[in-house]
Amino acid sequence: MTFNRRQFLATGTALAGAGLMPRIGRAADPIKLGSILDTSGIFDAYGKPMDHAMRLAVSDLNDGGGLLDRQIEIRAYDTQSDMALYAQYAQQLTRRDQVDVVHGGILSASREAIRQTMRRSNTLYFYNVMYEGGVCDRNIFINGVTPAQQVEVLIPYAMKQSGKKVYVLAADYNYGQIMARWIDKFVRDNGGEVVATDFFPLDVADFGSTIAKIQSAAPDLVVAPLVGGAHLSFFRQWAASGMKDRIPLASTTLGVGNEHKVLTAEEGDGIMVAYNYSQEIESPENKAFKAKWEAAGGNASEINEFAISTYAAIMTWAEAVRQAGTAAHDPVVEALESGLSVDGPSGMFTVDPQTHHAIADVRLMEIRDQKMQVLETLPQRQPMDTQAVCDLGANPDDNTQYEIDI
Amino acid sequence: MDLTIVIVIEMLYAVASLALISVGLAVVFGMMKVINLAHGEFMMMGGYATIVAVNLGINVFVAMLIIAPLVVGLIGLVVERLVIRHLYGRLVDTMLATWGLSLFFIGLATIIFGNTTTGISTPISGLAIGNYQINGYNLFIVVVSVLLMIGLYLVLGRTRLGLIARGTMQRPDMASGLGYSPERIYMATFFCGSALSGLAGAILAPLVGLVPTSGGAYIAKAFITVIAGGPSLIAGLVSSASVFGVIDRIFTFAMSPVIGEVALLIAAVVLLRLLPQGITARFFRGRM
Repeated sequence: MTFNRRQFLATGTALAGAGLMPRIGRAADPIKLGSILDTSGIFDAYGKPMDHAMRLAVSDLNDGGGLLDRQIEIRAYDTQSDMALYAQYAQQLTRRDQVDVVHGGILSASREAIRQTMRRSNTLYFYNVMYEGGVCDRNIFINGVTPAQQVEVLIPYAMKQSGKKVYVLAADYNYGQIMARWIDKFVRDNGGEVVATDFFPLDVADFGSTIAKIQSAAPDLVVAPLVGGAHLSFFRQWAASGMKDRIPLASTTLGVGNEHKVLTAEEGDGIMVAYNYSQEIESPENKAFKAKWEAAGGNASEINEFAISTYAAIMTWAEAVRQAGTAAHDPVVEALESGLSVDGPSGMFTVDPQTHHAIADVRLMEIRDQKMQVLETLPQRQPMDTQAVCDLGANPDDNTQYEIDI
Repeated sequence: MDLTIVIVIEMLYAVASLALISVGLAVVFGMMKVINLAHGEFMMMGGYATIVAVNLGINVFVAMLIIAPLVVGLIGLVVERLVIRHLYGRLVDTMLATWGLSLFFIGLATIIFGNTTTGISTPISGLAIGNYQINGYNLFIVVVSVLLMIGLYLVLGRTRLGLIARGTMQRPDMASGLGYSPERIYMATFFCGSALSGLAGAILAPLVGLVPTSGGAYIAKAFITVIAGGPSLIAGLVSSASVFGVIDRIFTFAMSPVIGEVALLIAAVVLLRLLPQGITARFFRGRM
């Protein structure tokens, strides 16, 4: 077939015209989901399972025919554990890619780096990580447990197993500082007393003197919101000094990055924790999810709390899109605010309309044989800390991270 | 009384572990004047060598005391042949080259072991002192450090090998004139320095959660200890490790670990202001 100049112009104009046609009514146009996670660098132990969960959720949705008969397209960026890249990729997601929704962010610092960009460009944003609580912004939905949900359950149980005198060892940045205050509150509420609180920068790896100090304070219980690889040494040195069988230990962080699989059974056994998810949950949903995870090329032993949160958050968003009948910002937010629930491997996640946080199940667990054995499930815990300061129904224009007075 | 004993043991441990993490650097930097910024990574590799060996079923003490130093020493040998030997006498260049090496080793370890925390548990159980429980492994570290210092003193001071090594470091031309090959002596010394770094990393491995970037935690302290120690290898190491270790523990017990680290760094600044050439430039002169 040959084209002369006239035919070429005619066809060309027609094609160009088609391109300029309004996009409404073209069902095959995909919905764009943006993802922004650290899948390399020092936080990749958290980010990689989240990325896998995100891809799994999207392929599940696409295999089921997509959303509103449209396929979902992923725009994923690896921020390489570098906070500066978050701001840059957030601009690309909102301006160049013009995505319909963004899921991502791991550290609180990364969330705060992109939250305002999302808000200004009116891009719906989901943050799917357990964090220190208090963010109040109608554009963000947070699908992870806050201190009140976790500590409120953990402290009374741990105190019942041990006694009233509590010693706190916390990581020295905003998470640890805020967590220590929450622990103090719940210890007092349960008639106990925090005898001392020590803070440790993230690179402290030598806890010998601390262990001696703890012994001279002689508490009944040690609570340790310690973060990262260096702090893992505490649990090791605690066991090595033979203290493990003398004073019980609880943690709000151990196990989220699957640290309990790094500690040996002798070092980890008996440590009390409370989270939303454990790989040991004996539900058919969890078994099916683990099988699905492996079928998609993952390793089920790397599934963590954040991965489950991410998967559930994407399903929550998808349900809202279905109910709204569109992926546009405002109708989807309204659908989410109707108190939407989805069921997942870790039980039900419900959107709390007042705070845009998640109402979720919290499980009391004990580490045994390098596994987080579930002792008790407390269904549908409210994010009470954030609810105390944030009411998006009354103040829809609120845009603050509150430091909650305890 | 029990608490006093515990604190004294903790101080001994702090001094011993400072000396341990610095001894490899003291040989490579103190003797050979090679600023080895990859020192921390040599330690990290010693840790990984131990963990791999233990996971293969080898006795943990064999892994720590024999396998890890050998493995890291051999890695050091390769590094010396490929990179360092071209840079003797070029202080700043060695810094740049070894910094590159440190990034390379971090990357390599990440590729092989992944960017996750690994570890083994301590092979010695805790022991009771009155009402207190202490980590028995800390005493092991003290013993190893003391033996290491004595061993180093005997090798360097009482054997012909040590004499040749020291002589070569001072006057390579004279050593060469007497029929010794400085190049081979440098090579052997770098091997020993790397092996000592590997040994330190191996011995500390059971106490920490190891990640490929673990080396960064040691490098600053090691340099401070070696520089503050001054020209004498062993006397300098022992004296500066004692000063810093004791100061660190006093403030750690009295206040918090953060203040302990701060006090250590302030002590280092003050010390270098008063004794810019290091402790052994003024005291214990002429000792080893």
